[in-house]
Amino acid sequence: MSQKSETVVYYVLQFIALSAMGSLLLIALFILKEGFPFILEEGPSKFLFSSTWEPAKEHFGIFPMLVGSVWVTFGALVVGGPLGVAGAIYLVEFTPKGLMRIIKPVIELLAGIPSVVYGFMGVAVLAPLIRTYIGGPGLSVLAASLILGIMILPTVMSISMDALNSVPPSYKEGSLALGATRWQTQYMVVLKAAKSGILASIILGMGRAIGETMAVIMVAGNAVKIPNSVLDSVRTLTANIALEMGYATGRHRQALFATGVVLFLVIMMLNSFAMWSLKERRKK
Amino acid sequence: MSRKTISFVVLCSFVMIVFLGSGCGKGKVSVTAAGSTAFQPFAEKLAEQFMQSHPDINVTVQGGGSAVGIQSAVSGAADIGMADLVNLPPEASALKSVVVAKDGIAVIVHPQNPVKDLSIEQIRNIFNGVIKNWSEVGGEERPITVVSREAGSGTRSSFEAIVGGVELIREAVIQDSNGTVRETVANDVNAIGYLSHGLVNEKVKAVTVSGVECTTETITKGQYTLVRPVFFLTKGEPQGAVKAFIDFVLSSEGQKTIVDSGLLPAK
Amino acid sequence: MRIPPRVAQTVARVVLGAATFFTVAVLIFIIGHVLVKGIPVLSFRFLFSNPEDMGRAGGIFPTLVGSVLLPAVALVFAVPLGIGTAVFLTEYTRESKITAAIRFGADCLAGIPSIIFGLFGFIFFVTVLRMGWCILSGGLTLAMMVLPTIIRTTEEAIRAVPYAYREVSFSLGATRWRTVWRVVLPNALPGIVTGIILSLGRSIGETAAVIFTAGSSLRMPSSLFDSVRTMSVHFYILAREGISSENAYGTAAVLVLAVLMVNGISYWLMHQFMKRFS
Repeated sequence: MSQKSETVVYYVLQFIALSAMGSLLLIALFILKEGFPFILEEGPSKFLFSSTWEPAKEHFGIFPMLVGSVWVTFGALVVGGPLGVAGAIYLVEFTPKGLMRIIKPVIELLAGIPSVVYGFMGVAVLAPLIRTYIGGPGLSVLAASLILGIMILPTVMSISMDALNSVPPSYKEGSLALGATRWQTQYMVVLKAAKSGILASIILGMGRAIGETMAVIMVAGNAVKIPNSVLDSVRTLTANIALEMGYATGRHRQALFATGVVLFLVIMMLNSFAMWSLKERRKK
Repeated sequence: MSRKTISFVVLCSFVMIVFLGSGCGKGKVSVTAAGSTAFQPFAEKLAEQFMQSHPDINVTVQGGGSAVGIQSAVSGAADIGMADLVNLPPEASALKSVVVAKDGIAVIVHPQNPVKDLSIEQIRNIFNGVIKNWSEVGGEERPITVVSREAGSGTRSSFEAIVGGVELIREAVIQDSNGTVRETVANDVNAIGYLSHGLVNEKVKAVTVSGVECTTETITKGQYTLVRPVFFLTKGEPQGAVKAFIDFVLSSEGQKTIVDSGLLPAK
Repeated sequence: MRIPPRVAQTVARVVLGAATFFTVAVLIFIIGHVLVKGIPVLSFRFLFSNPEDMGRAGGIFPTLVGSVLLPAVALVFAVPLGIGTAVFLTEYTRESKITAAIRFGADCLAGIPSIIFGLFGFIFFVTVLRMGWCILSGGLTLAMMVLPTIIRTTEEAIRAVPYAYREVSFSLGATRWRTVWRVVLPNALPGIVTGIILSLGRSIGETAAVIFTAGSSLRMPSSLFDSVRTMSVHFYILAREGISSENAYGTAAVLVLAVLMVNGISYWLMHQFMKRFS
């Protein structure tokens, strides 16, 4: 092959390489184009902080959904974060290698279970249990948090495990040589060293929880109201879009795209933060 | 795998796409109907029957909701927009509309709920959140879980328009189709909801409204008040395959299917 | 009072162990529940006959076809783009502003929720490009969704190929592209295939992005411009609308088995690949 065709290959590949960037820009462009003018028109503070969402009467306030997303995501982290990190520590540190070789793939396989399946389990098993034994309509913040918490477990677990595994063995050996127990070593040395990786795993899990749609629609009940307790029904930003998108026209539709803009921006901020904290880890 | 195999596979896939894309769709005229999720199951059934007698026409039915039906008929994305609203919005004025069926809206509760009858006034107060406990309408001492549809739904706007003065209670659980409302009510002893009367089944109980049961007979006689029309909307006068399908729906055979499925005839 | 380190260790071990056990148990319960209720429904007829009465009776054949076609279209677009990007990033440039921007783009794309992809696909492919709800719209949307996974895994697979391989090829007078095509990619193939299969798993399970771009028509598609319903959308509709819990479980079982199988294959491949280069 001549030098000339090498140059051609270079430019073709460079062009292809811009596809991911291009996709991102295209998505950002179209979502912003459809939704951003509406936010400006409505006034950002009114759109974000008004708690009345009645599209038929031209009231577009997404505050209840904003709060709903925060509640549900926070709940998912409370459920999935500690369990996931604890599981990761146990598997990396206290599990015989043989058993680990079985459990790790099982957990990674589970990461692929479609979210609708989780959602269905929430409706079929969890919501009736909550309604019967704790109260409320069952379809609630609690149900959504539990389901999302379980959903993000594999993500949190496998990224935390990678972070723990990438702590240099010399750290551990040094600590153990000083007479620390394995738990002390874990707690004082390894966890500190893997901190940013674990943080990243939780943030990525959080991103998944905020962005989840179908499972949340199924279990959250979707009431447009700021929840007073974990037993109240709640609607998230994602659910707001997916529930009403099919039926919306005119300004109502623009308002849903504007909801998408808010979601998009929140996710971008979270991801940038996760990427930054992973980069911090690599630097070390 | 050698590189030849890889290039062959890639090439084949592209060729396949081009062929599938351009070739196979030809030879059939296609009609797309989109809109009301309440009418979608019936439209699917009608389309199936229609295509048996008209093998050269391909009818595709999409959901999306009444608003989407109107919008896609206006934009041309669908040949027929299906809408089940009491009052058609202003965008629809440019479209040609024909009533193909009527549909009752049944108010449903859990089968174990002893409440059998509600007045329009009571229904309004329940959905407004003024009545919060079943004991206030002659039931057990239990909180009421209101289940409604999402903003933009034809069933919801029709329901609210007929009942009148509904300011939906904020706590209401929102579901996005007739089926999901039915499932939610079927799963919750405290729930009340409403749906297309053709879709009521044994999992839920329809209450009588001011003493009138929701049946085909009471609706036809005009005794049952929660009734709305189902429109087919087209851009301009329907022609060709679109006209053939609409004519079929309005024919006695099509209307029979509609009645058999639990809806009411157009006239 | 200080807790003796040995006791703390035992307590920690028990607590962590319990958490792990709980996690694995819950996840296995979910899969077990679906499989136990769904597998009895499965039969040749269920898989290969048409649904009747909105899926209340009959099989799931068109949705099976949908779940094959949609990911296939997605991969046809995403694989060449993803591999090309990875080759460019690893073999054709040094780290620079451009590679940083490309990586940033891919990472961001990976984090975008599927509903946003759905919105985008709906407005761009379905509405602006006037393609309507169809396999192609859905496939292209999914392609954008899985692109970052393919880039990332291919990049890692290419990096794992020892540098000596390339040096030998260069010393024999091969050009860069020839080296990539003949030496690097064949050696990285298992890793690349792993990424592709992972993406396949993700696109089979996707619901939110698909329902807004490929529609939900239950009819057998006759071209790429027909609307289609995938198994996950079908399951979502069956389960939510209470059409038939029996068929819903059956569909879910097929879906779960398909995803487990696909992910299992990719895990096994990854394992083989790791063994080869370590």
